[in-house]
Amino acid sequence: MSPRPASSAPVFAERNYLNTPATGLRSWLTTRDHKRIGVMFLVAALIAFAIGGFFALLIRLELLTPGPTIMDAMSYNRIFTLHGVVMIFLFMIPAIPSGFGNFLVPIMVGAKDVAFPRLNLLSFYLYLLGAVIALAGMVYGGADTGWTFYTPYSTTTPTKVVPILLGAFILGFSSILTGLNFIVTTHTLRAPGITWNKLPLFVWSIYATSVIQILATPVLGMTLLLVAIEHAFGWGIFDPARGGDPVLFQHFFWFYSHPAVYIMILPAMAVMSEVVCAFSRKNIFGYKAVAYSSLGIAFVGFFTWGHHLFTSGQSPYNAGVFGVLSMFVGIFTAIKVFNWVATMYRGSISFTTPFIYFVGFLFFLFFGGMTGVALATVSLDIHWQDTYFVVAHFHFIMVGSTMMAFLAALHYWWPKITGRMYNERWGLVAAVFVILGFVFTFLPQFLLGNEGMPRRYYSYPERYWALNVASTAGASVLALGFMIVLAYILVALKHGAVAGADPWGSRGYEWLTASPPPLENFDELPAFERGPHEYHDLPAASPQAPPGAARGASHG
Amino acid sequence: MNELLRRLLNLPEQASQHARDVDGLHYFVVLVTMGAGIAIFTTAFWFMVRYRRRSQDEKTPEVQPRHWHEALFVGVPLAVFLLWFAIGFGQYVDLSQPPPGAMDVFVQGKKWMWKFAYPGGPSSLDVLRVPAGRPVRLLITSRDVIHSFFVPGLRVKQDALPGRYTQTWFNADQPGRYQIFCAEYCGLSHSGMLGELVVMPPADFDAWLAEQRRGAALAQDAAATPGEPLMLGSSILEQGRVVAAQQGCLKCHSVDGSRHIGPTFLDLYRRQEKLSTGELVPADEAYLTRSMMDPAAQVVAGYQNVMPSFQGRMTPPEVAAVLEYLKSLKTPAVQAGPSEGPVYESTPSK
Repeated sequence: MSPRPASSAPVFAERNYLNTPATGLRSWLTTRDHKRIGVMFLVAALIAFAIGGFFALLIRLELLTPGPTIMDAMSYNRIFTLHGVVMIFLFMIPAIPSGFGNFLVPIMVGAKDVAFPRLNLLSFYLYLLGAVIALAGMVYGGADTGWTFYTPYSTTTPTKVVPILLGAFILGFSSILTGLNFIVTTHTLRAPGITWNKLPLFVWSIYATSVIQILATPVLGMTLLLVAIEHAFGWGIFDPARGGDPVLFQHFFWFYSHPAVYIMILPAMAVMSEVVCAFSRKNIFGYKAVAYSSLGIAFVGFFTWGHHLFTSGQSPYNAGVFGVLSMFVGIFTAIKVFNWVATMYRGSISFTTPFIYFVGFLFFLFFGGMTGVALATVSLDIHWQDTYFVVAHFHFIMVGSTMMAFLAALHYWWPKITGRMYNERWGLVAAVFVILGFVFTFLPQFLLGNEGMPRRYYSYPERYWALNVASTAGASVLALGFMIVLAYILVALKHGAVAGADPWGSRGYEWLTASPPPLENFDELPAFERGPHEYHDLPAASPQAPPGAARGASHG
Repeated sequence: MNELLRRLLNLPEQASQHARDVDGLHYFVVLVTMGAGIAIFTTAFWFMVRYRRRSQDEKTPEVQPRHWHEALFVGVPLAVFLLWFAIGFGQYVDLSQPPPGAMDVFVQGKKWMWKFAYPGGPSSLDVLRVPAGRPVRLLITSRDVIHSFFVPGLRVKQDALPGRYTQTWFNADQPGRYQIFCAEYCGLSHSGMLGELVVMPPADFDAWLAEQRRGAALAQDAAATPGEPLMLGSSILEQGRVVAAQQGCLKCHSVDGSRHIGPTFLDLYRRQEKLSTGELVPADEAYLTRSMMDPAAQVVAGYQNVMPSFQGRMTPPEVAAVLEYLKSLKTPAVQAGPSEGPVYESTPSK
């Protein structure tokens, strides 16, 4: 599987960030290099993903039969809580922004590092600290509240909810510092030639994400702290039995957690805007529309939180305002979808693994997004609220779209990060497993939700059995797909073909430097004359021909 | 058409006009979504095939959108979304305004059961009886954490909040039995917090309610549990069992020896119970009474303290009756010889 043309042997950059200044563990743990910090975030996030995924499989196994299957109700409640907490706070939120964002944003703006490299390292250690505290809480008791920590349940449960709240509180600081760093970096460290309108779309979306992170995360921090205080000391804040207001918590919580959904999906859109151009070898259709719609989502995302409270007894006026505003998120997303599809028009499309994930992403984003719009259609939400329909909807967005984007990013930038190619054939096989597994896991859940099966149910009436079996079967296929990915990328670390600076023929700025990049990102700073998504002036034969391994598959 | 789409989408039976209206919007949304999906993905796949890379040095032109492209990309979805919203919001507003003259039922959620109280006194656990074709307003609250009253067949859901009342209403027009779920996560037995909506022909309902008001049908909610080794014949035992069922004891405590949310009642009396503190206490009358009034004081090891206090909720004679009932729950001695049919009468006749 390597019909590589021998003539244009790609070069593995000998002096790169992986061996400069040293290779020891100590040099990694004390590094201030954004690329190393990004890689450490990626590794940590992948470990968190494995833990969260393991919990997901336990959940699906338990739901294989209507009654008790492999655990008791208490364990089930703890496990779905941990699945949510780990996947959201330890994987989804940091994976693309802190992982790929850290690695790529400075390179994409032509900088040597982020604006505050020490804060960047601190952000990583805060992530670790938060993760350790949360995981310790999980080992010593666990919490049974669900990741939403709804009061007064969360403040009266006898389980160990405080360590997990504190863990999430600390993780919030990590998120804020990373966001701050990206905003300042984008504003102040852009290389000469990179104007705002020549900024890669990846950076635009990460920028929008960062704005949400620094504005919304403090609210979550305060809210979780209040819950912890009420739980630990019995102050009446949210529990009506002590004079508090339980719905106030829901407003506070979703004021962060709804924008947090966009912390998870905007980076996915960031990745896909890059991937669709690179693999269609085509200018983005409507740069400004794609770039500014990210800001639009970030802005409107702050005014939609009330759509989580349609059944809480809020006034119809509230519901109306929040419902209408939620529609606008759909509009901004629709703009992106149309522009991505139009980008393919008259392109030169290469069916490599990242592009396959783009196709999957488009599919899941469309249906995840449209079901989101349907959920904002107030009366339909009344039926779907807290049923498996919602579970399926947000998994389509979070797992479907964001996970596809994460995998696309992993494959697309793998040669840049490691200097080596993964095995394209296995990449395609795994992509098929992942996409099909995903469809079979979550499609039945839409139908379960339509039929009324509530979420967070340990046991369920027998009429929901067949669809649950289908969902569990799909989850096994999905897990298999992930294991294949893990296996071949580990092999590729050592045995992958040398990639060279630009194996994809991409025009993104990050491909102008060697793979892996040198410590200072560019040996010699390019002039950045053309935009990062400009392909129409492509020379007849690019000086560095891409390795055939990446192309062979599309020609059969 | 309705029936076909309803089955295709796996929607439950429609028990009210509201359910049919919501489903109508549902079909509209799904059909438009599918249409848009087919259009977008057909276009995308056509591009992928038509513009697949044929040689490594292919050039591509620069194609940029015109203003009308962007206007179309924004305008068309916006118009569709707002139309959906207008319909859906109208239905929501309708749902938040009960018609005057609706019959009120008070709904109280607590871990993990539903209590329904009718004007004039009658109440029932987990079974909500309503007349078909008459509007019913539910005034919903919770005694502990947040629950959510959900009837898929009505497409109605409303959170039950501690410390305040919320309301919703419905007009079920199809007599039958419909599932009630708790849709807001509320802990250990969240998925066991089920109930049943019984839509009765109006005449039957009126008769039932009148009977309830006469207080003649206490036994409705005190059906014997299968496997219950109870010998009837003593009126205090009978009364104790009825009280235990009405107070919801049997939702958490089994009478057949199986482990549930709380310890089983079978052979409980005089059993040596190991407490969470490690202490051993005999489950005598004093312990059992105290456990009813102050459940947190002595929790049996291996169980969570989730039981509410029954202080002030039972009269002293009722407590005594429940105690007598508990004392009667003994594993029956194995009898030799062939069984001669039921050894006790299962349900007191109506």
